[in-house]
Amino acid sequence: MIEESVISRVLGTALRTGGDFAEVFVEDKRSSSAVLDDGRVEELTSGRDRGAGIRVVVGDTTGFAHTADLTEAGLSAAAEAAAAAARSGGGGTRTIVLTRQDAPVPNVVEILPGDVPKARKVELLTRANETARAQGGAISQVSASYGDSRRRILVANSDGLLAGDDQVKTFFAVSCVATGDTGMQTGRESVGHTVGFELFDRYDVEDLARRAADRALTKLNARPAPSGQMPVVIGSGGGGVLFHEACGHGLEADLVGKSASVFKGRVGELVASPTVTIVDDGTMGGEWGCFAIDDEGHAAQRNVLIQDGVLTDYMWDLLRARKEGRQSSGNGRRQSYQYLPMVRMTNTYLLNGPDDPAEIIASTDKGVYVKHLGGGQVNTATGDFVFGMTEAYLIENGEITEPLREGNLIGNGPEVLTRIDALGNDFAMGPPGTCGKDGQGVPVGDGVPTLRVSSLTIGGTAA
Amino acid sequence: MDLLEIGDRVVAMARHGEQVEAVVSRGRDTEIKAYEGEIESLSSAQSQGVGIRVIAEGRQGFAYAATFDDDVLAETLAEARDNAGFATPDEFVGLAEPDGVAVADLDLFSEALESFPTDRKVELAVELERAVMAADSRISGIESAEYVDVMAEGAIVSTTGIRTLGRETACYVMTYAMAVENDETQTGFGFSVGRDPNELDVATAAAEAAQRATRMLGSVKPESERLTVVLDPWVTAQFLGILAFTLNGESVLKGRSLFAERLGEEVASPLLTLVDDPTNPSAFTATETDGEGLATRRNVLIDQGVLKLFVQNAYTARRAGTRSTGSAVRGGFKSTPGVGCMATSLAPGSATQAELVAGLGEGLLIQDVAGLHSGVNPISGDFSTGAEGLRIRGGELAEPVREFTIASTLQKMLKDVQAVGNDLQWLPMSASGVSLVIDEVTISGV
Repeated sequence: MIEESVISRVLGTALRTGGDFAEVFVEDKRSSSAVLDDGRVEELTSGRDRGAGIRVVVGDTTGFAHTADLTEAGLSAAAEAAAAAARSGGGGTRTIVLTRQDAPVPNVVEILPGDVPKARKVELLTRANETARAQGGAISQVSASYGDSRRRILVANSDGLLAGDDQVKTFFAVSCVATGDTGMQTGRESVGHTVGFELFDRYDVEDLARRAADRALTKLNARPAPSGQMPVVIGSGGGGVLFHEACGHGLEADLVGKSASVFKGRVGELVASPTVTIVDDGTMGGEWGCFAIDDEGHAAQRNVLIQDGVLTDYMWDLLRARKEGRQSSGNGRRQSYQYLPMVRMTNTYLLNGPDDPAEIIASTDKGVYVKHLGGGQVNTATGDFVFGMTEAYLIENGEITEPLREGNLIGNGPEVLTRIDALGNDFAMGPPGTCGKDGQGVPVGDGVPTLRVSSLTIGGTAA
Repeated sequence: MDLLEIGDRVVAMARHGEQVEAVVSRGRDTEIKAYEGEIESLSSAQSQGVGIRVIAEGRQGFAYAATFDDDVLAETLAEARDNAGFATPDEFVGLAEPDGVAVADLDLFSEALESFPTDRKVELAVELERAVMAADSRISGIESAEYVDVMAEGAIVSTTGIRTLGRETACYVMTYAMAVENDETQTGFGFSVGRDPNELDVATAAAEAAQRATRMLGSVKPESERLTVVLDPWVTAQFLGILAFTLNGESVLKGRSLFAERLGEEVASPLLTLVDDPTNPSAFTATETDGEGLATRRNVLIDQGVLKLFVQNAYTARRAGTRSTGSAVRGGFKSTPGVGCMATSLAPGSATQAELVAGLGEGLLIQDVAGLHSGVNPISGDFSTGAEGLRIRGGELAEPVREFTIASTLQKMLKDVQAVGNDLQWLPMSASGVSLVIDEVTISGV
């Protein structure tokens, strides 16, 4: 994207007035999307985002500037701005010798979405719309969206690192509204992978549309969710966000470093049921949160966070790791060149346990079965977290019975981890997610087998 | 480079029979984070871009780019034109046309921000942290203390005769404080907003964060029961954000609004009057023109409980057979205009929050909520969020409570409004806050 010699000189400029570390992050992202709503293909959008972010670190202070001007003059101006922001004093000339350190790509992209005619993308939307509407007269509204992106990045820093990545993602979602005597209900299904247009050889948009429509239709007969504490069974695949919130964020080294995590100082301790092993894995080929290198140039890694219930390690980015004299764990990510990187999850999941999923439900006398979760939110300092249920049922006498209306569940991370009293053997990854932290969104994946939490608070209105 | 001139250059490339609109924007922002008395990070950034919408034969296409070179503008226009060819024809699709409504002069740009030295911005962030730490001996540290400012200018030019230019400044300080006692940690936030740094009140932001954090120490999980709640202004503002979705002309047309077909009906307590007024310069999101270049205006949506109006942009208005309410919203130059409320507020009542609490006897003051995006469905009306706050006993604030949810439905909550406070507060979002008393809310705890 930019010549090595130019980058080398820009890093030199960034450190000309001193500074311990400098980095250039270059990004060139092309994206396209198409939306069908209310029976019409409303619009197609194409965009290009291209620029560089430069940071200079002096002691504990980071200076950052970004620019859309990728000429040597533009980059140098940004480098000077970043150096000034970091208030580097000192001086001296440093020559940076860059060494290419690319990482293995997690998977091969077969069909670049940019090579696919727009008409084929639009055709997916109309098929999804027709299929969803055919699920019943009660389906009163359907929207479908398609999106793809190709993000090329290049990272170079004053340690001599030079690495690049080419990240292709393809996404599809269907949302339905069903209308009945009890009002309106909604159902949504989405699929997204770090792959090209071959996504649609593996997933059928009509199947997705049917499931979204069924979810909305089922809820037309739903009763209000209960209020209070009871056992909760989380369905395979659909429930990974539980762990993303319950412990994922709390294991991010930046929050731990500021004592803003209930998991601070607990490495080596038993923090979860002994059946629980939780992994964050950026190498998981094709998953929504995978990559060859993170946004600091570090190769993606598979990191075990909790092994057999024992907290093994936090997740790290470059700055937090440098401070501790250790290596990054490949979790330094950013939304775009316009942002500083920080510690972020990739694909976070819970490994299989020993139990038969059917038996988990059969052995639950009274509780709630959450088949599909919505988003969530956590306060890492207190550990309190919520997550939404978008498809849930009552469990009565070991059987799944009536569907429930939507609501949040609330729990406390460290408590919930110790309350996992059954863990199934039917692991599956869930739908693509966008994780928000400090105003930045990044793509993440998650997954779980069927599992049971012995007690969680259900935020419904029924007694 | 002049933004209007860039817009003119795009529009000049329109073909016969084609509508073209260019949204051109440029911004500069500073973000400073302080930690342990030092600068943790200082970011200074400039961003810019152009979004181009093409409409031909009832079809719309869109493309954007981040540079203004002539070849990029031509390529982006060509891409938008190509995209339009794939849309389904729709007779109502079209750009906004000037409607004669005068644009208010709101004075949203402060020269003082431009000349405010970076060193003093840094001092504000550092001072914010110091003030939080000094506020209470139980404050153990901060999660963040930051100063942020933005200067933005934007132009919209179209073949239909729209040609607007606006610029504004905004800044805020914000902090998350942590309080510790007996191994228990609690958090609280505080902030202050203004058009320039001279308007910021660091001391109050720090005191609020410290108070919110310390008053949660010793909190317990409450009993599950049905109670009357007092929403803190911060929580009410978020509630209004959700309500706004149901009053959006697009939601109505597309069958996603609870309130479609209910204009003129009583949908809320008579105590409730909801206005969307981006021409109020006190609003953080005040703006002179909307996302299609029409003058913004004061719209009364609910008047003493009666549903009066849905907000509209040019497309939804045309399709609904009415006029745009100047409510086209867009997320910068990278998206086409949608429709939405921009600066909503409730008509305030006469009581202070303390008076509302005293008048209740039993209840719960909700200080903060979590998971509005995951447990609230504005289409079905189901409402359930995580919450924290203080129990009200005998008309006084009693023990702090956390790890519970509050639940009801949007329809029922509007009807169950018992009182509106007099503590109207503009917040860094598209709604203002005011204390709001709502009856019959289900608390799920122990």
